[in-house]
Amino acid sequence: MNAQPYRPTLAVWKLASCDGCQLTLLDCEDDLLEIAGAVTIAHFPEATSNKQPGPYDISLVEGSVANPATAALVQQIRSESKVVVAIGACATSGGVQALRNFADVEAYKSSVYPYPEWIEATPDCLPVSSFVKVDYELRGCPISAKQLLEFLRAVLSGEKPRFPTYSVCTECKLRGVTCLAVSRGESCMGPITQAGCGALCPGFNRGCYGCFGPCEEANVEAYKKLAGAHDAVRRLKMIVTNFETPKGATQ
Amino acid sequence: MKTLKFGEISRVEGEGSVTLHKNGDQLESVELRIFEPPRFFEAFLQGRDFSEVPDITARICGICPIAYQVSCSLAIERAFGMEVSPEIESLRRLIYCGEWIKSHALHIHLLHLPDFFGFADGIEMSRVYPEEILRGLRIKKAGNRLMEAVGGRAVHPINLRVGGFASAPEPRVLQELVPTLDAALEDAIAAVHWVARIEFPHFEPETPYVAMVHESEYPIHQGKLASSEGTVWTDEEFESSIAEIQVPHSNSLHYRLDGKSYQVGPLARFNLNRERLTPIAHQLASKVFEHGPIRNPFKSVLVRAIETVFALEESLKLIANYVPPELSLIVANPRAAVGRGCSEAPRGICFHSYELAADGSVVRANIVPPTSQNLACIEDDLKSWASEFLDSDELQFECERMVRNFDPCISCATHFLRIREGNEV
Repeated sequence: MNAQPYRPTLAVWKLASCDGCQLTLLDCEDDLLEIAGAVTIAHFPEATSNKQPGPYDISLVEGSVANPATAALVQQIRSESKVVVAIGACATSGGVQALRNFADVEAYKSSVYPYPEWIEATPDCLPVSSFVKVDYELRGCPISAKQLLEFLRAVLSGEKPRFPTYSVCTECKLRGVTCLAVSRGESCMGPITQAGCGALCPGFNRGCYGCFGPCEEANVEAYKKLAGAHDAVRRLKMIVTNFETPKGATQ
Repeated sequence: MKTLKFGEISRVEGEGSVTLHKNGDQLESVELRIFEPPRFFEAFLQGRDFSEVPDITARICGICPIAYQVSCSLAIERAFGMEVSPEIESLRRLIYCGEWIKSHALHIHLLHLPDFFGFADGIEMSRVYPEEILRGLRIKKAGNRLMEAVGGRAVHPINLRVGGFASAPEPRVLQELVPTLDAALEDAIAAVHWVARIEFPHFEPETPYVAMVHESEYPIHQGKLASSEGTVWTDEEFESSIAEIQVPHSNSLHYRLDGKSYQVGPLARFNLNRERLTPIAHQLASKVFEHGPIRNPFKSVLVRAIETVFALEESLKLIANYVPPELSLIVANPRAAVGRGCSEAPRGICFHSYELAADGSVVRANIVPPTSQNLACIEDDLKSWASEFLDSDELQFECERMVRNFDPCISCATHFLRIREGNEV
């Protein structure tokens, strides 16, 4: 990678989010300086005071669109970037704050801020792809550092990045983790959740709660019947809220 | 009146900027503008099951998720009258140490130190100080490994639940961390010596400091709330003593305590608990600091370095004494009640209060993050500090570095605008 005469420019952006996905990039301690050597970090306000104007080769976008300013920003990012990558559950699905999209608006109307006119917030919190074309999506709340590194390595060497489209169940089987749903009747979103975490929760003795969003052809209706319990169904709208509307919210 | 608006502050978590209002050559007022969109956590927590609260509130902050998970669990457990075992408490303290180590190492080496050495960022700085920055990254990594071992992952850990842990780590898993933590402790001690050589600007503002205090340990997950003015509060008294104030330039609420701005975080903790640091951290503190309170916010970088040593010593002690809890998770029996919980996030006290219904659902949530509490104090310090640089080319830089002294987490601060009844402020 270091032999390349041209170092692609990398920009990292933040919309409404918790910073955790950007932090995952900074958490690649062993690889951080290597990545920094392979690209020119042109815009990454959380990490550097250097700001270079666009255009950018790769833009990583964390967070969801939640107000007029962030809606304008995604347009700017798209127009200035060759490749736009939505990173994490907020950017790819709206994230936990998209719970407000399902709120009882009438009930909210009766209660107000002390000075609501000072606050700008759109009624819905939406993924980046609801506004602009997104070239790649990295799932997860947070994203997986391993996936991020593999993705950057692939893109920087001109290969097509690949992501798993199968479910967390496959990862459980690969790890030899006993199925919590079968053995204990625990509600687990593994069957409908995209792999990428390495079956983290089942490995720690708790059911999956869907951080990586719906896998391809997720059978949400079957999950609802299997899970049955009120809690399990409610979990479809928790950290990731687009299990029942994956198409509408992701592309 | 002239208004100076600076761009987005870099090297902080989240989005904010500084605006100065000048009248002739006098600085009239300073605003730390917080424009990151609000995320309404407290609104959508209403109606959620208590068991979901740690997973949801973790998402307020990717840098200090443990603070949210622990504070809300403490609050809910108190509401339901649950008593977790000392073994569970130790395990919480252990993973919390990991969060301090990681967060402090990140702020010191990648976000804050470049200000003192004249670099744009830690990566640029690593070209001149490779050993020092790599050392910082090693410390950060040790914190991450600890969080992963106990919590499953470093950002939004999955193992912490109301009532304890989904599963307790095997002693072997923690034992395997010891060499990494030992090495990180050596690194952290070296970092203190190095950071202590910085010539800090002279600036000693007066402000009340508020932190948790505990009779036998440096506070993280238990203790009372106290101020440098001598007030001690229970959680309940504290909640009724703080006033939330909405200001037009901020998507975060400000707070006042008995009408005054106050400071939380490393300086507050250190000033109120210095004598309860672990041995090496205590010895280092005596070496690098005079007796008496540390008021200079620039020196927070040194206090964070000392607290990193503390958190590493403490983790090694907790691992040496580790006995897996007999029951990693105790069962909750929901009842209609109010519960409050507080813990020391890396940036200061993270206070939670929940009203819960008999079915275990959340009726009302009140979350007071550290950065929101510091905003008024940051503006006070900005005003005094910026007044010295009004004609300087360095004005914007000086404003930004003052803000960075507080390691503000704006993502935390903006997650809390609540929907309020009527015009109550």
